[in-house]
Amino acid sequence: MGYRLQNNDFNELLKELSKEYKLYAPKRFEKRGRFSDTDSVRYGEIQRVEEIDYTVKSHFSPKEIVYPITQTLFYFTEEEYRESQVHDKKILVFLRPCDINGMRRLDTIFLENGPYKDVYFERLREKVKFVMMECKESFENCFCVSMGSNFTDHYSMAVRFEEGSVLCDVKDKDLQSQFVDNKKESNFTPEYVQENNIKVEVPDAEKITPALFEHDLWKDYAKRCIGCGRCNMVCMTCSCFTTQDIAYEDNPKAGERRRVWAGCHVDKFTDMAGGHSFRKDYGSRMRFKTMHKIYDYNKRFGEHMCVGCGRCDDICPEYISFSTCIKKVNQILKEGNHEE
Amino acid sequence: MALDLNTKAIKKNAYRITKERGKTALRVRVPGGALEAKYLTLLQEIAEEYGNGQLHITTRQGFELPGIPFEKIDEINKKIKPIIQGLELDYGVDIENPEAGYPAAGTRNVSACIGNKVCQFANYNTTEFARRIEKAIFPNDYHVKIALTGCPNDCIKAHMQDFGIIGMSDPQYEADRCIGCEACVKNCKRRVTGALSMVNGKVKRDERRCIGCGECVLKCPTAAWTRNPEKFYKLLIMGRTGKKNPRLAMPFLEWVDEDTIIKVIVNTYEYIDQFIDRTLPKEHIGYIVDRTGYQVFKEYALKGVELGPKVKVSEYINFGGYKYEKDAFMDQL
Repeated sequence: MGYRLQNNDFNELLKELSKEYKLYAPKRFEKRGRFSDTDSVRYGEIQRVEEIDYTVKSHFSPKEIVYPITQTLFYFTEEEYRESQVHDKKILVFLRPCDINGMRRLDTIFLENGPYKDVYFERLREKVKFVMMECKESFENCFCVSMGSNFTDHYSMAVRFEEGSVLCDVKDKDLQSQFVDNKKESNFTPEYVQENNIKVEVPDAEKITPALFEHDLWKDYAKRCIGCGRCNMVCMTCSCFTTQDIAYEDNPKAGERRRVWAGCHVDKFTDMAGGHSFRKDYGSRMRFKTMHKIYDYNKRFGEHMCVGCGRCDDICPEYISFSTCIKKVNQILKEGNHEE
Repeated sequence: MALDLNTKAIKKNAYRITKERGKTALRVRVPGGALEAKYLTLLQEIAEEYGNGQLHITTRQGFELPGIPFEKIDEINKKIKPIIQGLELDYGVDIENPEAGYPAAGTRNVSACIGNKVCQFANYNTTEFARRIEKAIFPNDYHVKIALTGCPNDCIKAHMQDFGIIGMSDPQYEADRCIGCEACVKNCKRRVTGALSMVNGKVKRDERRCIGCGECVLKCPTAAWTRNPEKFYKLLIMGRTGKKNPRLAMPFLEWVDEDTIIKVIVNTYEYIDQFIDRTLPKEHIGYIVDRTGYQVFKEYALKGVELGPKVKVSEYINFGGYKYEKDAFMDQL
């Protein structure tokens, strides 16, 4: 069902929903950007529609809501241990189609990649309902259409923000019940991005051979990448983590195990027992990430990992463009000169 | 008719007595070191029509137009009215007759590095703050040099000024957002003061070592480090070049806010007024402080000033620098 709600009414709705849900949306954190006097737009809890910044692409993805940057798994002391807890509310996330599609990649990795489900992911993920923010126009560096992630109908509610009001398309029955009185019905079907400025052709998996790994392309990235890992952190689908067992400073007899995001571009990612590590040069890290995003994940799960949100391009301090990298790989394979 | 000039009035009007007899040089102030490019057209016209066609960029980020006949001063003063308007009056500077050129030259151009208009490292907009200071202190005959720099890299050389202002960021840490990549820790150790260390997978900051450069915020891939939106500064005092005793400026206040700095500078002019040696043609502020001692300066500078909770004040200052003679400051009474 479609509705048009004035912002005041929408805020009333949010207030009502907040009794049952934690509400997350992209928010502007003023003067919290990397450079002085710049803002940061990332996910946070909201109470009012005015807090939602839908004018730009959020700098960080919504993955941190279901997959926190630091997550304590359990606490231990001497002979005992205790699993960490999560809040008992449900979660409503405002996000764009690319990120909803990205969420499916996270689901796949955490819930279907191996014999066991990741319970720490699942216990947050199962609380989540999506409020899809209509995304009709491409932002800089987006290439969602090429990755097929510009569209989704997997949402509980879709919204279009207009001046002073919100158009809603409600599919979820529980949410629908909130709309019964005095909400004006209105026809609303969300529209989607039809075309991006950036278009990529993802190379055929069969054409990718180990010879590509030795191509000079990666040597170029070895010189350009600084291994900061920003691309990993802002990526909707990067899901690698490491674990830390720590003993509390004040009382080392108690401590906790937590997991913390890791990234294949960041040092220590490949550190192993005995002091070994591989992919020391940044070019091979770029190759590893690229192949994961557009080759091996697809081979295993039948869709590409990259959703084309372009956040990695937005954030890279060295102006390395991932979509350009995909194009270069495709070009090399088409020319067939990587075999030489 | 022979030239008959009041050189003191001419110098006060921002014209120089030059080595070439009969010729002067106009000095144009550019507070904060930035100006709309359109003013260059006017400067070009004046340089070509009245001067020798040259435009010298001064060390304090002003312009100097040499080779101008003294007779043309009044005419040029009328011509530079748009510059007085755009680069002084528009910033709120009070100049009674904008067609009579600059009313003072003692207090030098307030210079600034490019600041956060452009630079990633800068912790504030240096130009805007410089213009605020210009409004508070100009016109003034006392010899005071002020410069602003965006971060402790100190590209403007704030350490060579009577007042040097360095931007500080108050870094705030959200441990839950930290992935323990150590980018901030390694960088702080390598390039700054080693104020950060890893404890249990998270970062600890030693507040006494931190100089507020903001590098940790720049390096952080997850925005675990962000800047406190409130702005803070370090105020250095009494650095100087010069013949007698060149020396670097030393910290007077740290983690201080913009309004306080302006009050301190304005107070300093009252201090100068009180203690300047009027038997001399001019006396630089630093030498006055040498005479009265830092404690007296501090008392005057902080008069009526309420310092914020984060502010640190120097108890005393051991100014360094060097002197050519061990008795450089010894004299018969």
